[in-house]
Amino acid sequence: MVKKKLMATIEISCVEVWREISNYLDNEISTELRERMEAHFKACAHCTAVLDGTRNVVELVGDGKIFQMPEGFSKRLYKKFQKRS
Amino acid sequence: MNTAQPQLRPNEAEIIERVCGGEPEAFYELVRPYERMVYATAISVAKNPADAEEIAQEAILKAFSNICRFRAESKFSTWLLQITYNEARMKLKKSRRHLYESIDGQRQNEKGDYWPRDYADWRPIPSELLEQSEIRKAVQNAINSLSPNHRNVLVLRDVQHLSMKEITAILGISEASVKSRLHRARLVLRDSLAPGMDGCWTKGQPYRKVRSW
Repeated sequence: MVKKKLMATIEISCVEVWREISNYLDNEISTELRERMEAHFKACAHCTAVLDGTRNVVELVGDGKIFQMPEGFSKRLYKKFQKRS
Repeated sequence: MNTAQPQLRPNEAEIIERVCGGEPEAFYELVRPYERMVYATAISVAKNPADAEEIAQEAILKAFSNICRFRAESKFSTWLLQITYNEARMKLKKSRRHLYESIDGQRQNEKGDYWPRDYADWRPIPSELLEQSEIRKAVQNAINSLSPNHRNVLVLRDVQHLSMKEITAILGISEASVKSRLHRARLVLRDSLAPGMDGCWTKGQPYRKVRSW
């Protein structure tokens, strides 16, 4: 039993897991690889920390408030546009 | 201009016909919903807000000059962002700022793999954290420290939530390259943000490690 569990977790190395973390988050991997990665995450605190952190990055960056438009952008654009049109 | 083009949002084909039929003011109506996307794309290459604004506005005016040649083979937004990206790249080439030092490009082995640092658990972020301007600034700085190639893929995908197909069209690179740049960009960002994200920014404590390597 212990041997079987160990086999499942060592089936994929940390380096292989890191390579696929982004695809894992985007669900761009096969079911088989997903299962192997999930088994690995259960046993590896480091890879789980990398996964959680990367997921948080995607959430933080996707917040929508990261790039605020400069105030008056539309007004200045409209002025330029009127000059050219 | 075929009004039945499925690539266009409702009204867009009609507005384009009006612009090309002698009503240039209508272009503003067309472009208004995309101003933020254009600006974000520009700043993903240019980094500084003044340059990004100039690039964004030039790109929009260029789109206006060429709108009657737009054949709706892609979405209007994809076409507009292609113009923006090209405009930004041209400006960057002129200023040669692409030669600056960036934090990634190190920490990789000879095969080009990125090895993530061993930072502490970074548990789910409470949503109120995102309200703090300090956190937003830290995220902006981290994004700015990426190389231009990694930054623009990250901005198009994770900030603007564009599809893989749209990104490959805008940047003119393969899906495999988009995925690999995105992957690298996310891991580099994690490495630059993780040390502050376990509460030490607010508590002034050093970050913890999962284990020493």
